[in-house]
Amino acid sequence: MSNFINLVIAGLATGAIYAIIAIGFALLWQASQTINFAQGEFVMLPAFFALIAMNMGLPFWMAIIITLVLSAIILGAVFKRLLVDPMLKHGVLPLAMATMALALFIKESVKDLYSAEAYPFPSMLPSTTVNILGTNVSLQHIGIIVVALGALAALTFLLDKTSLGRQMQATAQNPTVARILGIPVERMIMLTFVINAVLVALASLLVTPIYLAKFSSGETLGLAAFIAAIIGGFNQLRGAIVGGFLLGVIDNLAAGYISAQYRGAVPLFILIAVILFRPHGLAGRREERTV
Amino acid sequence: MIRAIRDNPLATVVAVVVAAILLLLPLTLARFGNYMMSMWVVMTIAAMGLNLTLGYAGQISLAQGAFVGIGAYTSAIMTTQGYPLIVPLLVAIVLCFAIGWMLGYPALRVQHHYLAFVTLSFATLAYLVFRNEEWLTKGTYGIFGIPRPTVFGISTKPPLHFYYFSLFWLVLVSGLMWWMVKSPWGRAFMALRENPVRALSLGIDTRRYTLMAFAIGSTIGGIAGVLYAPLVEFIDPNPFALALSFNLLLMVIVGGSGFFFGPFLGALIAVLLPEWLRDYTKGFYLVAYALLVMVLLIYSPTGLLGIIDKYMAERKTRAASAQRAAARPTFTKEGQA
Repeated sequence: MSNFINLVIAGLATGAIYAIIAIGFALLWQASQTINFAQGEFVMLPAFFALIAMNMGLPFWMAIIITLVLSAIILGAVFKRLLVDPMLKHGVLPLAMATMALALFIKESVKDLYSAEAYPFPSMLPSTTVNILGTNVSLQHIGIIVVALGALAALTFLLDKTSLGRQMQATAQNPTVARILGIPVERMIMLTFVINAVLVALASLLVTPIYLAKFSSGETLGLAAFIAAIIGGFNQLRGAIVGGFLLGVIDNLAAGYISAQYRGAVPLFILIAVILFRPHGLAGRREERTV
Repeated sequence: MIRAIRDNPLATVVAVVVAAILLLLPLTLARFGNYMMSMWVVMTIAAMGLNLTLGYAGQISLAQGAFVGIGAYTSAIMTTQGYPLIVPLLVAIVLCFAIGWMLGYPALRVQHHYLAFVTLSFATLAYLVFRNEEWLTKGTYGIFGIPRPTVFGISTKPPLHFYYFSLFWLVLVSGLMWWMVKSPWGRAFMALRENPVRALSLGIDTRRYTLMAFAIGSTIGGIAGVLYAPLVEFIDPNPFALALSFNLLLMVIVGGSGFFFGPFLGALIAVLLPEWLRDYTKGFYLVAYALLVMVLLIYSPTGLLGIIDKYMAERKTRAASAQRAAARPTFTKEGQA
């Protein structure tokens, strides 16, 4: 039983990180029909920003701030201006291809410019365990869940309760009407890219202490985020959240109880089943069918 | 034949030059050069299969690497047990056709990015099977000592011999492809890509052609895999991870999706360009390659052949409008004035 509780809590913690990455993915899709195949690499990269900052002798908290700012600029603004804007008019598929090339570019750049080794990464959270109801629970996992839920709450508040968020939603739903209503559509789309960049940077700071900083770690994270977004339904934010947590828990339980070798297969079966029987996701809105 | 040469002298010259390069250049190369040329041949075949599925029939697939893997494992397992290469080739053709056919079923239900994700999960599942089913694939330990075949008493063990052996298969597969895309089947595939609803209303069995597009494209990927195993002589699951499927997709797009010669050019860039860049950029050749691909996609999302196509189309319209201008009476000018 205590093993089960631990697996679920560890699952919720990984799920929370998946949810953050998946939400960014869903936001980009909504705002500008961008399927970002480099999302995993976007999570891998900020950890190296922090490592470089700390190698220069800066304290950890300052490295965190620099990481967030650098990510917002490079993975948000520069990504949109240099790659998405010129590609967008060519359609969804060429843009998706370009992000695949970008993924390769980021991965190889980190490997060549920094190193191919895996680096330990300090955690923002304490690594002790606490005893809750007779079970030793890692405080780091609890911390990740709390930080992630805080970020999700802040994002939901921004999108639902503020005028800015309303404008962003209007832009995502119908850019033409939004423009007629006087909403600065371009600026809203840019803001979405910056929010995605900050989300992936946050995910990076949360996940890297567990998985180490390595140039290739983006592949698994990116795949998990896609799966989470699709299982949940990636035209809705709550879909990505549901998908993220569900995937994290299932992943951990499958590893604990079914087979460690095929833990990766369980989410894929769920993914195939969801796409075939409920293509708009468990919590998503039905899109016009593309047949 | 003679008429074809007369109608299209430029294409004929290009074809003769390319054929001469393919036949003669490897004679001047060292072992590694011939190995890379053979790799180009194998990847061209695999990309050609994907070009049929994606370029002609318009069905995106991120699973082509998995079929190369299925072909390669069939080839490796059977030839190390003493079967001649032709046996695993036939087995792989049947196997990939059947699995490809089944992979086509989701395409009947979902399209575009959803289809991309279904095929992507299939590719990941295939990789897990390669890695975990150790009784069959020897897992991460890999299969050693895959023999190269002997054809008419001549061993293809030297890289140069194997290159000509794989080139023979490239010519054969291209010939079949050429015949297929020019046949009513090819036109049916393109109709499926351009407008499925209209294709259906014209009496094309879109259901069958969608499944066919997947099955045949996957089979060609399997054939490439059967050649891949004896080429590299040792296989483990890693080359058949998702990266290969992405790479094959990039080859098709970079070369020019839906152009017959797109995969040849795409594979040239994806296989040989990084090796060539390696001499100039030291470790950064993959970075440079990725950057080049992005710049190319921004400049021409229809790939390299898309640029040539656009240029030819522009020249044609210019020539046509010049003709029209010459034929038109000149009173319009006076009328304006």
